[in-house]
Amino acid sequence: MECTNCSEITQKYYRVDKLPHIWCPGCGHGTLMNTVVRAIDKAGLNKDEVVIVSGIGCSSRAPGYMDFNTLHTTHGRALAFATGIKMANPKLHVIVIMGDGDSSAIGGNHLIHAARRNIDITTIVFNNNIYGMTGGQYSPTTPQGDFATTAPFGNIDTPFDLCSLAQGAGATYVGRATAYHAVLMQKLVEKGLANKGFSFIEGLSLCPTYYGRKNKKGNAFKMHEFLKDNCIDIKAVEKNPEKGENKILIGEFYNKPKTEYTEAYQVIIDKFQK
Amino acid sequence: MSNNNGYKLVQGNEACVEGAIAAGMRFYAGYPITPSSEIAELSAQKLPQIGGKFMQMEDELSSMAAIIGGSLAGLKSMTATSGPGFSLMQENLGYAAIAEIPCVVVNVQRGGPSTGMPTSPAQGDVMQARWGTHGDHPAIALTPNSVQETYEYTVKAFNLSEKYRTPVILLMDETVGHMREKLRIPDSSVLEVINRKKPVCGPDEYVPYRPDEDLIPAFVPFGEGYRYHVTGLTHDETGFPTNSNLISGKLVQRIVDKVEKNIDDMSYYEEYRLNDAEIVIVAYGGVSRAVKSAVDEMRSSGIKVGMFRPITIWPFLDKQISQVAEKAKEIYVAEMNLGQYFIEVDRVAGKKCPVKKINKITGELITPKEITDAVTGGRL
Repeated sequence: MECTNCSEITQKYYRVDKLPHIWCPGCGHGTLMNTVVRAIDKAGLNKDEVVIVSGIGCSSRAPGYMDFNTLHTTHGRALAFATGIKMANPKLHVIVIMGDGDSSAIGGNHLIHAARRNIDITTIVFNNNIYGMTGGQYSPTTPQGDFATTAPFGNIDTPFDLCSLAQGAGATYVGRATAYHAVLMQKLVEKGLANKGFSFIEGLSLCPTYYGRKNKKGNAFKMHEFLKDNCIDIKAVEKNPEKGENKILIGEFYNKPKTEYTEAYQVIIDKFQK
Repeated sequence: MSNNNGYKLVQGNEACVEGAIAAGMRFYAGYPITPSSEIAELSAQKLPQIGGKFMQMEDELSSMAAIIGGSLAGLKSMTATSGPGFSLMQENLGYAAIAEIPCVVVNVQRGGPSTGMPTSPAQGDVMQARWGTHGDHPAIALTPNSVQETYEYTVKAFNLSEKYRTPVILLMDETVGHMREKLRIPDSSVLEVINRKKPVCGPDEYVPYRPDEDLIPAFVPFGEGYRYHVTGLTHDETGFPTNSNLISGKLVQRIVDKVEKNIDDMSYYEEYRLNDAEIVIVAYGGVSRAVKSAVDEMRSSGIKVGMFRPITIWPFLDKQISQVAEKAKEIYVAEMNLGQYFIEVDRVAGKKCPVKKINKITGELITPKEITDAVTGGRL
């Protein structure tokens, strides 16, 4: 479909007839989705060879708008579907978009095992610290003490640090940026796509509708401002550790390639071809 | 082990893998569970040798998801499990049904519920194979009773799955899975292998969920230039979610109809000494082997008894059971559960003749004597 007032990127990579998207005004997900598309453009990938897989939740509606081979799966299982796709056809560039609850609660087991295998999948988590689609329940990344519709007296759970989790499980590329730090986010996704192995990029999003309202975080502008003021690049902290106190670290955390899973399996297949 | 007559002595589980590979399986993802594990082990050994792929996943949820992904990327895919794992697969079995992704799920049944009796035979998953996943959906389940049949019906399971774009369950039981018998592998030139229907149009005209007259849409794997969207939400012909109640209802009706309306194309069964039979024993899977002996035993004493054996356990063979009931004076349903298939037989046959149960849930096969005792009241 032609779109007269769309940018070249939008025209090329989006299913413009499916827009506008369903996300609430001020939600960070649209910005994050755009960083993914721009990173794909920068990497020069062939649209026909890109597969975008998602689970269930607000984040997981992204692939529907993106003009690639797209698979909207079941809650938490995106990485397991993606693993089957990548294994069956390693030529495909497989990208997974998940939410915080999707990736680390119901899908936590799939996340650690996909990371452990170092299968070549670029995983991007849109982390808004809440279950948005179901109405604002607390997730494994809701900060302790914060409020949610299922934490009316404050959340007593200890949240996950998703990047540490992925790195600990074996991801070979790990980084974090935010919906405010979109340029950095795009850069991390680009590098994640370039890494031949399991890449994990956490994009801090924001949910003014549920998380913001429940926790008196102000409007979407204020929530973006919070990200701007409270995040610091890991490189700055490495030079001056004091700067990192009470801040959220962003940037590239880990980048150490090792043998990729489908390539390791191909070695076994090749043994029998001689 | 093979001899020069072309026969091999193998387990049911091994025959399943041989059949799957002959049918074109090139991707297997699974999680170890007794009594199905030999299927995974043999797949792990054989698949890479023919350029296929094997993966041991972290659980059965992901195994089911991975084979859907593998199928969507173009490889015929299978997983195998038993009761507890089959429960976990139900979530994504529903996904495969609504997204119309062909795949084969083998369930070598063991005693349940829960961990139950891992090494003992049972047939307690008959209803789970039909209604295990939520919502209305099509179900095809085949239940072999021998090593040879396991091979043949694994091939048929793939063929039906590919033809109808739907998950197909091979519902085995521990007796058949671990039984060792001769297997004659048919020549590949006589083996019918069906592949999914491809679109005849180019990417610009392709509407991924627009069915042809046979109610089945053409399939093209990801990566071949036909970019489209797949979702587990109810969707329209383009594959995108819809809020239309009418379109949602039509979609679910179509995926059910494409199986139910083609039931004659997938109705497999055996009639044994039914011609003049006044008493008919309905049995399937491992139990049918004991029933066959019992029928012969009773026949030699002059009792007019026969067996009807459904191989297609779902969809239910209404027509055939109804015909059996026309002639029978009484029907027994013998199964290693408390009467799951009985419910369906009684629904169709119950108004025409008495339908009785022969059940055993001790983790042991029903013996021929138990069957003759039940039918003759111990007079034999």
